[in-house]
Amino acid sequence: MCTVRDLVKTYSEGRGGTSLVRANDGIDLEVRRGEIFGILGPNGAGKSTLVRQLTGLLRPDAGSVEVLGHDLVRHPERASRLIGYLGQQSTALDDLTVALAAETTGRLRGLRARDARAERDQILAELGLEDLAGRPLRTLSGGQRRLACVAATLVGERPVLVLDEPTTGMDPVARRAVWSAVDRRRAERGATVLLVTHNVIEAESVLDRVAVIDRGRVIACDTPAGLKSLVDQEVRVDLVWRDEPPRQVPEIAAMEEQAVCSGRHWTLRLPPDRARAVVAAVTGGPAFAALDDFTLTTPSLEDVYLRLGGRGEGLVRQ
Amino acid sequence: MSAVPETVVRYDRDEAAPERPQPAPLAPGARLLPALAAVYRAQLSRARVARMPLLFVATFQSVGIMVMMRGVVDAGDGEAARSVVAGSSVLVVAFVALNLLAQYFGVLRASGGLDHYATLPVPPAAVVLGAAAAYASFTVPGTVVTAATGSLLFGLSLSHLWVLVAVIPLAGAALAGLGAALGLLAPRQELATLFGQLGMSAALLLGVLPASNLPEPVRWLRDLLPSSYGVDAFARTFDSHPDWAVVLVDLGVCAAVGVVSLTLATWAYRRAASR
Repeated sequence: MCTVRDLVKTYSEGRGGTSLVRANDGIDLEVRRGEIFGILGPNGAGKSTLVRQLTGLLRPDAGSVEVLGHDLVRHPERASRLIGYLGQQSTALDDLTVALAAETTGRLRGLRARDARAERDQILAELGLEDLAGRPLRTLSGGQRRLACVAATLVGERPVLVLDEPTTGMDPVARRAVWSAVDRRRAERGATVLLVTHNVIEAESVLDRVAVIDRGRVIACDTPAGLKSLVDQEVRVDLVWRDEPPRQVPEIAAMEEQAVCSGRHWTLRLPPDRARAVVAAVTGGPAFAALDDFTLTTPSLEDVYLRLGGRGEGLVRQ
Repeated sequence: MSAVPETVVRYDRDEAAPERPQPAPLAPGARLLPALAAVYRAQLSRARVARMPLLFVATFQSVGIMVMMRGVVDAGDGEAARSVVAGSSVLVVAFVALNLLAQYFGVLRASGGLDHYATLPVPPAAVVLGAAAAYASFTVPGTVVTAATGSLLFGLSLSHLWVLVAVIPLAGAALAGLGAALGLLAPRQELATLFGQLGMSAALLLGVLPASNLPEPVRWLRDLLPSSYGVDAFARTFDSHPDWAVVLVDLGVCAAVGVVSLTLATWAYRRAASR
């Protein structure tokens, strides 16, 4: 359905474009029809560069992009007639009211005036935006503005949706509205959704499959459950110390060598029996006195990401 | 739903190879005029939100210049009075259509806002012409107010003010085209703003002062500025019996510059939108 082969995109950076940065370094993807497919990675991993090539905004240096049988490297102008794209910026819509932003976008997707108005009304209702319909986007909160941009993206149906971090800044109600709207398009109309995210919880709950991207490469691609089975022999222990960790306790000193330490916050990924020993060690004696908080969790996609060699910065859990 | 294509999909030879599934039908693109109308309407609505204070500034600036010039230029039907009134009126067009549109496209380009249009099946000309037409429309109230106030202030005849019906759209097309091209071609947003401001300053300095008082090299510069032809066309109509043929020639220059600059702006948009 959507096939990406060996995609390479290099930017020049620095003064006079002296140093070259490989934003995409040979990316392969195969997205199936009707799938909600995620692209997960921290900021700067090359996710947006990838989707900008899928939507015809950037021309790849090498590689192929085929969507629904169309070669989008040779015919980038076809992308807008196949794909509904939600980018990260809303500057073009900021001064418009929510209703006019949705209606105008529909008109520019080739809808007739009457159809654009009908779809606008239907989608504003679907996303619970009716009360904000007359407000300019500029005056809305970040999450509301994002929701209005999602509405504009959905007016004028397309078989493929490419959404670049659609729920940034949204409250849980708005997130749910977006996910049910996306799911409805998939279930009722067979739409395929490509979703860029750096939110691991979102990735686990809404995606059918996910490609994990780091430094411009796909380092893993599977269902969220499949990826998590890579680390299901481990649990994650997070420790927060009140002040200085009690290094005089031998168990704690040994722990520090295995932990990912970020100030007072330590993270350990361990087999369950070792995790039990750690919990026992920190919940007794001088260690417990120095402990502010601890949590024991099953692994998330973030742990998968780290296990696969990702840098582990810039992913969010909320 | 209109996802059903109105046009027949053309298959390339390699795509029609037997083992490959047929390419999906493409949704129809937006046609030029409906898309232009949609962009125009959306841009016009922005005036209510973002542009209103700036439109007042444009008008106050021009009225202020006329009041100031009234101190050194006598009222009555002289060349100087005509230049001041016509120059100040067209200055409103330069402020909004050249300066503000250059800034708008500069910001849109720098912030990634062009992506929105670039990922919609909309003809580039619709985006550029729609925005240019809207910005030219923003200038109507300010230009009319300035022209009427100036005519009263300097005791000029109001009988041919209707010529603004032609001056505003034609000077508007020329200046908005230049503004859009500057905004889209400037490598950085700050430069777009700078060029827009410089263009407006040139329209101010070279439009308001009577051409016959300017030194020769400055007059050449004035001839290069498209707004000058709008100023001249308007200034000539303060005659009780204007030479309409010359007025038409001046307006024709505006129209020609408009066509060229809007074509350039459309090309610049295409270039900026597909990097």
